[in-house]
Amino acid sequence: MKKIISFPHMDNYYVPITFLLKKVTDYEVMHPLPITKRTLELGTKYSPEFVCVPFKYNLGNYIESLERGANVLVQAGGGCRYGYYAEVQEQILCDLGYNFEFHSLVDNNQNVLINAYKVLKKINNKLTIFKYIYYMALTLKIINYMDKIDIYIRANIGFEKRKGDFGNLLNKMLEEIVNIKGFWNLRKLYKKYNILFQAIQINKPIDCLKVGLIGELYTSMEPFCNYYLEKALAEMKIQMDRYTNVTYLLITKLFNKRKVLKKCGCYCKYLIGADGTDNVAVARTLALKGYDGLIHTKPFGCMPEVGAMPILQKLSNDYEIPILFFSFDSHTAEEGIKTRLEAFYDMIMMRRNKHD
Amino acid sequence: MEKIKIGIPRGLLYYKYGDLWENFFHELGFEVVTSPETNKSILSKGQSLAIDESCLSMKIYLGHVAYLIDKVDYILVPRICSLYKKEKMCTNFQALYDIVNNIFDIKIINYNVDVEKGATEKKAFMKMGKNLEKKRKQIKNAYYRATRIAKRKKEHRLIKQERLLKGSTNLKILLVSHSYNMYDHLIGKVISKLLNELEVEVIYADIFDRKKIHKKYQEISKKVYWTYSKELLGSIIHYYDFIDGFILLSVFPCGPDSLTNEMCIRKMKNKPIINIIIDELTGEAGLQTRIESFVDIIKQRKEKEVKINNEENN
Repeated sequence: MKKIISFPHMDNYYVPITFLLKKVTDYEVMHPLPITKRTLELGTKYSPEFVCVPFKYNLGNYIESLERGANVLVQAGGGCRYGYYAEVQEQILCDLGYNFEFHSLVDNNQNVLINAYKVLKKINNKLTIFKYIYYMALTLKIINYMDKIDIYIRANIGFEKRKGDFGNLLNKMLEEIVNIKGFWNLRKLYKKYNILFQAIQINKPIDCLKVGLIGELYTSMEPFCNYYLEKALAEMKIQMDRYTNVTYLLITKLFNKRKVLKKCGCYCKYLIGADGTDNVAVARTLALKGYDGLIHTKPFGCMPEVGAMPILQKLSNDYEIPILFFSFDSHTAEEGIKTRLEAFYDMIMMRRNKHD
Repeated sequence: MEKIKIGIPRGLLYYKYGDLWENFFHELGFEVVTSPETNKSILSKGQSLAIDESCLSMKIYLGHVAYLIDKVDYILVPRICSLYKKEKMCTNFQALYDIVNNIFDIKIINYNVDVEKGATEKKAFMKMGKNLEKKRKQIKNAYYRATRIAKRKKEHRLIKQERLLKGSTNLKILLVSHSYNMYDHLIGKVISKLLNELEVEVIYADIFDRKKIHKKYQEISKKVYWTYSKELLGSIIHYYDFIDGFILLSVFPCGPDSLTNEMCIRKMKNKPIINIIIDELTGEAGLQTRIESFVDIIKQRKEKEVKINNEENN
């Protein structure tokens, strides 16, 4: 039987993951369908009652992929409940009667990169360590460049002169990036697109509103999950800044452990688990930089973020920076989010005028 | 000179380490004030202080801290990240110190256990004593004496439970929950009282010998890494043959429980299970109906089994 491998969806990261899996395994790679309402409905139907929402999205992705013929699934993991997703999802899909292999790339007691090699070796016996390291490094570099460009886009997309310029160019880049042949090729491509992105005409005032996006990784990165929050902010002509991306989670965070607590100042004495401490640190840095406001997103009941919230609230009082807390679940109403966002916009606008 | 008063909130880890802490401070000559059993006013106070989405146990804990705040000089707020190597605690315990520190303006006694990074329990106690300006030898003695008392109490409970398991002919139901829910007056005590009224023996899943159960969790779930969840799953397997049914009791929205309970229900299909989730609005009448019907089901099942056995013997 032909093996078809699939994985959960998250923003544009399916591009580098497809690239990696194609190179290191000899299976056919099926990238997941874009998330729709059906994905969420399927996921919610078979998930435990009060598990956090990324679990439901991922499960929905898996079911849709299995329906389309995939038979090997991979899952990642993280510091909170995320590390335990894989086993429960495997059990649920098993009970639903699907026939598949399930691999978790992350083991909590081991380095991510080492464990991923072990798992990929199990999938493809011919994989040598050198090949793995080469393609892993290349994939990480792709992700790194994508994130760098994303940061530029996020800061400027609200001010583009012709609507859709940034989006079109990004899609073009994603199409091309899959066919790269090596580091040199990749670097050339990045430089080319960097210039192209810089060349897009924008109409950005110097004193535009600045908002920082913080929060749990999935809700802040997957646009369907946060109801296209970034798009809405762009329409309001706000400059956005977000630190959570895969580069940060996989690489920067490793070298950042001691600095993070220092950046938190008096607000955190210990690490509060998963990405909670990082959020507090970023919130404080952005507050000191004089941002107009922060938007904190999380799935309902997210353990580390709920722990970070009282700290963020105190920080918000001390530095007088407004923070808007969003909590996403499978039943969140889109209208409610829009209204709150508009009210938030009006509020920071009024504050700005008052200070001037 | 008046004695320094140290407050211990009766919530979360108190139910695991309460004896140890209280005895330790008594030995060192401090006055210990423990907050009373949870009641409605403590809960509502905690609710107003906590984030809406934090779990019920956390809300109760904050209520207890608020109760103690103007009655004592210091409050003990533990921060436990990992108790054993390659295991973790729920992030609530990791963040507990910082949460309390940011909500209240009080003097907190530092108690940090993170075995993975080398901060053991003994070191935590030594540091705690040092911060309270006691001598090294004194602290050490107090710590050993307190551990001995706590250990003896634990063993006593274990023996009592095992005697009950073998001796009693009543129905036995295993109550599976974290200690801080199981013995809380608004959560677990309500249920164990209801069960006792129905003449059912309650077996507590958090009373066990860790050496005997610490690898048994693998039968239900191989990759679970929260210490308390691991222990509870191991305990379920350990007691499985002696009990007639079990109750999975968790609070809304407990993170680890949301997944481990699901695994448990999916894997353990031979004995009756009921999954009870409690939040601050749960009424007692609803609980009573559910538990009564659950006990009825178990009774009928047992009668049927006895009948079949008798027929086979004849």
